[in-house]
Amino acid sequence: MTLAPARQPAVRLALAARSMAGLGVMVLAWDLALYMSGAPLLPRPWHVVLGMAELLTRGVLLKHVAASLFRVTWGFLLAVAVAVPLGFLLGRNQRVGKALAPLIHLLRPISPLAWIPIAILWLGVGDPPAIFIIFLASTPPLALAAMNAARNVPQVYVHAGRNFGLGPRELFLRVLLPASVPELLVGLRLTLGIAWLVVVAAEMIAVNSGLGFLIVDSRNAGNRYDLVVAGMVLIGVTGLLLDRAVVRLARGYLRGRDMVGDAS
Amino acid sequence: MRSQNAAKRLDVAAPTPSPPSQAQPAKLSVAGLTVTFPVDGTHRTVLEAIDFECHEGELVCLLGPSGCGKSTLLNVIGGFLKPTQGQVLIDGAPVTGPDPRRIFVFQERGVFPWLTVEGNIGFGIQHLPAEERRQRVAHYVEMVGLRGFERAYPAELSGGMKQRLEVARALAVGPDMLYLDESFGALDYITRHNLRRELLHLWATERKTILFVTHDIDESVQLANRVVVMAARPGRIQRVVDIDLPYPRDISSARYLRYRDELLEELGLAHQR
Ligand SMILES: Nc1ncnc2c1ncn2[C@@H]1O[C@H](COP(=O)(O)OP(=O)(O)OP(=O)(O)O)[C@@H](O)[C@H]1O
Ligand SMILES: [Mg+2]
Repeated sequence: MTLAPARQPAVRLALAARSMAGLGVMVLAWDLALYMSGAPLLPRPWHVVLGMAELLTRGVLLKHVAASLFRVTWGFLLAVAVAVPLGFLLGRNQRVGKALAPLIHLLRPISPLAWIPIAILWLGVGDPPAIFIIFLASTPPLALAAMNAARNVPQVYVHAGRNFGLGPRELFLRVLLPASVPELLVGLRLTLGIAWLVVVAAEMIAVNSGLGFLIVDSRNAGNRYDLVVAGMVLIGVTGLLLDRAVVRLARGYLRGRDMVGDAS
Repeated sequence: MRSQNAAKRLDVAAPTPSPPSQAQPAKLSVAGLTVTFPVDGTHRTVLEAIDFECHEGELVCLLGPSGCGKSTLLNVIGGFLKPTQGQVLIDGAPVTGPDPRRIFVFQERGVFPWLTVEGNIGFGIQHLPAEERRQRVAHYVEMVGLRGFERAYPAELSGGMKQRLEVARALAVGPDMLYLDESFGALDYITRHNLRRELLHLWATERKTILFVTHDIDESVQLANRVVVMAARPGRIQRVVDIDLPYPRDISSARYLRYRDELLEELGLAHQR
């Protein structure tokens, strides 16, 4: 799964056609299954499309997407601001690494959902607890990714940097950080995926907007399963677009530099 | 310390490719150097009681079999590794860490892949005013024959070009010593040959003191005015051979071949008669 060069337009078209075909088969199977089983309540693809249109005309579709993106952006950026420097400290300073790494490994398996009561207790309701939960879920994996990235910076680069007289700060900014960008990008990408995964869960409590809220609310207010599935589809599509955006950024940076990267 | 260096540099006359007299105080002196590494609960002695001196403007090769501790020795001299015992003095002062006045040239792997050719060469001179930096970068781009590749990333360069880039990056900061650790080892025969010639040219024009680690006998006889032959287990100095041949060296002359034989014998590789 290394960074592939940008593909030829014709090849890209063929690949796109293939994934569209896959999607088409899926939707068809979904429709057929519901048609034959006659299960009540579950929406057929067509209902979902109508539900989506309804959300659009009510003017709430973009509102929910934007609310979720807002929370993810802040939670994720806070995590980046904390986890990247922390990860570098853990990776480059053996004493700090030995002292703190176990703590991070301990925090990681705790589901972010387990933090919900404490988040509400500390931060009340609304955006802050949701952002806090995203932050909590994103920080440990990103810190560990940054730690590994920092450890994997070839010793020659560090030696060369020190040889040219760089102090710790400059060494971080001019050698460690750029040298670990390829690995860091992989970590950022995975973490953004986690942040997006968690936003929905975080929104199922104590907020009145966002895609997670849309899903819970649609069920509670009259079993509108068409809107529930519409919300799910929106989550999938938005998550996919976020991921593509990161890959695109990564490609732009890595191109030409021939640094081992992982973004496909 | 710096002013003393500057003074030294000023009174160096026009470049001559011959080594200086040994009368002046040593540029580098290694005294009683021992390095041990902890291995499986015991200590492995990698270098034992190394003593040698190197004078300003010399080109000294450290020659020895693989694993005899050449890189370890160069790392200690470069300030990257603390010796277990003994010390390294440069211009009379102990080495406590790496220093921009003495640049280590790694194999081509040392160039920064995230910077262009220009970015790499300018790396160590960020503190200079932009215009001066630009001029210096241009000067060294030219010197190592990378004109036209200023905006290229190392990935677009050949192995030999990367190696020259690394040398240019080192020279741009104006060091008075260069440490090269088998820097040409990974290159093909022709490139290696050309780079040796360029190194000698550079040594003659820029008057650097150069320490060159190699396990290639020919390389040492072609380059060095002195060869420090090392032996392994534990790493120690076996002999120091002065190569008293004028530059450029004729690699088929009888005297060249005699030196070559002598070093082959030192390393225990001579034909048994
Ligand atoms: N950090 C270390 N810990 C333990 N042993 C080490 C360490 N570094 C080097 N050694 C050992 O020291 C010896 C000398 O290593 P060094 O790299 O200096 O050899 P070298 O002469 O440069 O060899 P080569 O020509 O293959 O590069 C080797 O036997 C190596 O295993
Ligand atoms: Mg070596």
